[in-house]
Amino acid sequence: MIASSTEPPLLKVDQLAKSFGERPVLEGVDLSIPRGSVFTVLGPSGTGKSVFLKCLAGVMQQDSGMISFEGRPLVASDKETLTDFRKRCSFLFQNNALFDSLSALENVSLPLEQTTDLSAHEIQSRSLDALSQLELESYRNRYPSQMSGGMQKRLALARAIVTRPELVLFDEPTAGLDPLRRNAVFSMIVKYQRRFNFTALIVTHDVPEALVASNRVALLNGGKICFEGTPDDFSSSLDPVVTGYRDSTDALRESLASIRGQVQAS
Amino acid sequence: MLLHCTESTFLPRMSKMLHLIGRKALDILFGLGDYALFTGRSFHAVMHSKRIWRRLIRSIYEQGTVCLPVILIVGLFTGLVLGLQGYHILNRFGSEGLLGAMVSLSLVREMAPVLAGLMLIGQSGSALAAELGIQRNSEQIVALETMGVESHGYLVTPRLIAALLVYPFQTALFVVIGFWGGSLSGSLLLGVDSGVYWSSIQRAIESRDLRECFIKAAVFGILSVTICAYQGFHADRNHSDTGARAVSAATTRAVVMSSIMVLVADYVVSSFFI
Repeated sequence: MIASSTEPPLLKVDQLAKSFGERPVLEGVDLSIPRGSVFTVLGPSGTGKSVFLKCLAGVMQQDSGMISFEGRPLVASDKETLTDFRKRCSFLFQNNALFDSLSALENVSLPLEQTTDLSAHEIQSRSLDALSQLELESYRNRYPSQMSGGMQKRLALARAIVTRPELVLFDEPTAGLDPLRRNAVFSMIVKYQRRFNFTALIVTHDVPEALVASNRVALLNGGKICFEGTPDDFSSSLDPVVTGYRDSTDALRESLASIRGQVQAS
Repeated sequence: MLLHCTESTFLPRMSKMLHLIGRKALDILFGLGDYALFTGRSFHAVMHSKRIWRRLIRSIYEQGTVCLPVILIVGLFTGLVLGLQGYHILNRFGSEGLLGAMVSLSLVREMAPVLAGLMLIGQSGSALAAELGIQRNSEQIVALETMGVESHGYLVTPRLIAALLVYPFQTALFVVIGFWGGSLSGSLLLGVDSGVYWSSIQRAIESRDLRECFIKAAVFGILSVTICAYQGFHADRNHSDTGARAVSAATTRAVVMSSIMVLVADYVVSSFFI
């Protein structure tokens, strides 16, 4: 359920800037993420989408600009707000970042063990529940290296949702996957976003999948957001930057048709 | 003209050299400060690290049980060599009866803590640096931080506590095995009376020698774990290497630097006890 337009956004970004040495990557990014939405930030490779997401997650420190969660600014000096944000936000890494020396169950229970005061029994039960929601219960004793790429992605999502976050940040969730697997990952995100009702912020360069899966999309180009709107607005926009990026995607119509079928079926 | 040319090249060269020295000095100061903060955070995390027991037991196993055979072998042969060399040196002065004292004081005050420390660096310190380096490379450490998990507390603190328990224990074991090695070569092979050997050990060792031995073991444990963990934890900071090469470079740095620091600390601690 997406929040009404009058409700304040869950996450707000104002004039976010980040440079690496002399090279500016983000040059004043402004964005508002409504609660309950699937929001996708599109953009060609190398435009700083992952840097943007890592600044939001607090993994990277921005040079300037403000990030606010539920209206409260996230600043390094306010440890309480930062801790609260980290408890309510999860990050899904491009390469999953699973702990290779821990089993699937141990991977999922780790955030609960280390950040909550739940009993061992409750941690076990919530972790098994997350695994079963992602159809991984029978693989609970397997190590990540003994799983397929798709299963690892689901395991990473299980670890991300086990703390029942309100915001999940997805960093290129389909990077390096073939079209069929890309569709499956986006279907999975939409399916579980509906089931757990978290707000999803995805950065990707896969236009067809993002347009089908998202409620809102933005285009990051040249260090700034040069478009923000609904997927339909994006598809019909005549803005030269949007049309240039949109047209660069191969076989858009064909892919859209196939993914629509999968998402509707799920 | 010649003088003018020399002056015009000398000053920029001098300035460049001073700039390089200054930058290097600042890098070293930054590194030392950062290492001190890293060690402080790892100790501080003892207070609020959750469910540490399982990781602590695993760390004790990794540092203790896995390194046991190496400690036993090196301890035995160190004792054998001390017995052999000691016998022939003391024989020149007709003082073979002091063999036990020589073997025991050499082992307790110097050889056991230093050699056990170096063996543990080679065995578990290098493994620690490589493991953390791989975890840094595959973003596992960043993942912990995004989950709100204190990465120092989760990854380093259990190893630090384990080192404080394991290093003194392994050193004590090294000493005992070394005594037996000395007895084997001195008494069994070279004919020093066994009773004389063991009573000489008993008379020679004082409580301050044991205190020095265990303080050294604990200091070496802290130094080797924190240096190896620091190098692995920041394997990505070395910009000249990336990926697997960065991990291998971090592991090499960890072993070399912690071995050097063990020897430096050995001199410092010894100077307090002399």
